Amino acid sequence: MTRTEIRNFLITIVLFALAALIPLSDSGFWLSMGITIATYMVLSTSWALFSGPTHYISLATGAFYGIGMFTVGVGIELLPYWVLVVVAAVIGAVVAALVGLATLRLSGVYFVIFTLGLAELIRQIVTWVQTTMGSSSGLYVLTNITEPIIFWELLILGIIVYFIGWWINRSRLGFALRIIGNDEVVAVHSGINTAAAKIILFVVSGTVATIVGALLAPRLSYIESSIAFSPMLSFIVVITALLGGAQRLWGPIVGVIPFMLVWDFLTATFPNQTTLMLGICFLLVVYAIPNGFAGLIEKYSHRLRGRT
Amino acid sequence: MEILLGGILLGGTYALIAMGLQLQYGVARIMNLANGEVLVAGSFGALWLFTGAQINPILAIVLLAPAAYILNYFIYLIFLRPLVRRAKSEGQLEVDSILSTFGISFIFIGLLHAIFGGEYFNYEYLEIPFEIFGQAYGVNRIIAFVGAAILAALLYIWLTHTRSGLRLRAVSVTPSSARLVGIDVERTSAMAFALGGAVTAAGGSLISMFDTFDASIGVVFTMKALIIVILGGVKEIRGTIVAAFILGFAETAVATLIDPGLTLAAAFLLFILVLLFRPQGLFGRQSS
Amino acid sequence: MAARSALSVKNATKNFGGLIAVNQMSFDIEEHEVLGLIGPNGSGKTTMMNLISGALRISSGHIQLFGHVISGQSASQISRLGVARTFQLVRMLNSMTVLENVEAGGVFGHRKLWGGSLQMQAVEMLEKVGMGDAVYSPISALTYIDQKRVELARALMSDPRLLLLDEWLAGLNPSELQIGIDLVNSLREEGRTIIVVEHVMDAIRSLCDRCVVMNSGYKIAEGTPAEVLADEEVIRAYLGDDHA
Repeated sequence: MTRTEIRNFLITIVLFALAALIPLSDSGFWLSMGITIATYMVLSTSWALFSGPTHYISLATGAFYGIGMFTVGVGIELLPYWVLVVVAAVIGAVVAALVGLATLRLSGVYFVIFTLGLAELIRQIVTWVQTTMGSSSGLYVLTNITEPIIFWELLILGIIVYFIGWWINRSRLGFALRIIGNDEVVAVHSGINTAAAKIILFVVSGTVATIVGALLAPRLSYIESSIAFSPMLSFIVVITALLGGAQRLWGPIVGVIPFMLVWDFLTATFPNQTTLMLGICFLLVVYAIPNGFAGLIEKYSHRLRGRT
Repeated sequence: MEILLGGILLGGTYALIAMGLQLQYGVARIMNLANGEVLVAGSFGALWLFTGAQINPILAIVLLAPAAYILNYFIYLIFLRPLVRRAKSEGQLEVDSILSTFGISFIFIGLLHAIFGGEYFNYEYLEIPFEIFGQAYGVNRIIAFVGAAILAALLYIWLTHTRSGLRLRAVSVTPSSARLVGIDVERTSAMAFALGGAVTAAGGSLISMFDTFDASIGVVFTMKALIIVILGGVKEIRGTIVAAFILGFAETAVATLIDPGLTLAAAFLLFILVLLFRPQGLFGRQSS
Repeated sequence: MAARSALSVKNATKNFGGLIAVNQMSFDIEEHEVLGLIGPNGSGKTTMMNLISGALRISSGHIQLFGHVISGQSASQISRLGVARTFQLVRMLNSMTVLENVEAGGVFGHRKLWGGSLQMQAVEMLEKVGMGDAVYSPISALTYIDQKRVELARALMSDPRLLLLDEWLAGLNPSELQIGIDLVNSLREEGRTIIVVEHVMDAIRSLCDRCVVMNSGYKIAEGTPAEVLADEEVIRAYLGDDHA
């Protein structure tokens, strides 16, 4: 490890440790906000692992999240919770691999459209299966897992995602993805199996999102397909990741924290205008801060360093 | 038979919407994910004109299409042209325009929601049953189909038999060469984008005659239009028309034989099959 | 010992819809040989290169590399078997440094280096093409010929068994051209097997052992540079019927 890597590693550990103290001091608003932020931190960071280098915009996060949540909902009567989280992760990985195989050999537009419809497709199938099987549309998930535990679980998952991201960045796979992101033609003529590289990353990203859904299932206690497969989630993940900057591992978290605080305030104040505000956020990300906060920070710090 | 006719009636309007998107994606090279919202805005416009001023939806197109043309022209100028100019590569333009048009689509939804509210809407216009082969169809459905067919035919003739249509096709094939023969690519792109919006809004007015809609249903139409365009092959107008009917049949078949809740699943199944076996579309040529 | 056949092209054909860009092309190249692939613009040279490197899929016929059929394989597989190339329009990885641009050629292809040995090799290659001073430069700081050198260094990183240079000397001014020719000549002296697509006749005369001439997708002549450049059909292809 280089010196900056050790420094960044220590900073990360300290920040996570500080965050882990939140449930001890507050069990109301800040804990609930902490869970939201931790959820989106994990989702956005894992989204950026795939979409940052490849420039493929995935809107499948909601689908994977829903798969995780639903797996827990369906199986909670049959299997222990922890086993279900693992089962959910496996299902998520398999779905991601299948989607990746079908779409990632092709242009980005096809991928976006496919992932856009994926959550709704799975929801339609789930609803159809439920009605034909004659079961009720909602599922109860009653466990003794409390909010602080969910929060800590998310933090641990966050650390794991950071570690995976750091490891990928310094591995051949990360190098391959950077080449793919620059010029796919050069990549294939350098011997890179571009489809495989993209699929691996998409599977990692999708699996993490599935696990997040599975971890959050106990928080809801009653799961309906329209809640589990909400399309809004995928869009917010895209916005927070791009707002922070998808090119850096630490980018998304810089986007998630301010966005969630502001978003919470705005949705509470103007509950009927959330879609409109989401639209404005998208335009802001494209036109005002194309490289995200991370891009701004780096530009600013370069300038500072240039002066001294 | 029932499926066949239902499919044809549905496919007609789909063809029109998909041609709108085809103009925007094939010529102006903007993957417009706000396409469905323009359609829904057209539906709301028709509703408003019908309930407020007793103007029938066919006549309403005469007002709505030019309005949508102007609106989309400005959307292109304000939001999309800057992206075209700053894009260093086609990939970057693709990503930027996807994000930007997502933003625009949400703003559309938000505004429609604020103006009309979140309920489902429909209005009664010519809901007289009409029997074909022993099966009753609403006259409004048939009129919508005929209207869509006429508009699509006019658009096709315009594209293939006029100078301005030729200009559009030239830009669609190779913008750089079109520039060499004196075509203003930027203006032609803006025009194609605006025209695509106008066609889509007209489609929205036709659909509102027989279908219920709400402020947030646009994305469903965007998906369908996109699937049709990909199924038929990008830049292939004839392919688009055939693909629209294929999707119309597939959806009607699934809705009648299995469950009306699975129409999107049917569309997706088609989509997956195309992606796996013929990614260039049914009528698309293999790119070099 | 007779030289081994490095690449053997048999009846290679490529059609795009109705247009046949490469038509029944057959030729061989021996190990340590430098072969010139020449012909007028639009005669199918670059398409032929794309068929060899796997960028395009062959319509019919086949191509063998050291006796191993490579036609039908993907570009990345062919690259791993030891075919490296440069591009007609230079392709740089713009967000990466010069060093990383070169390293990209040595990790996933015919050679799979990583870590210290990768970096050492990349620096060595950069020095070989005369770019030793620019190791940590951003790509945006490079001139056109420097970008071409970086691209060549990237291709050499994989220690290719066959190197494809697609108009590598095009667009260079006379003094740069001499540097370029000397560089390719040094590769030839190393014993590399190279196919060059080139328009610069001086370069062809001084570099190539043998030439294959294409016109409208067909092979119209084959032989030493002097032979083919004196061939009547070749002159006709380049200059039109009146000059033959």
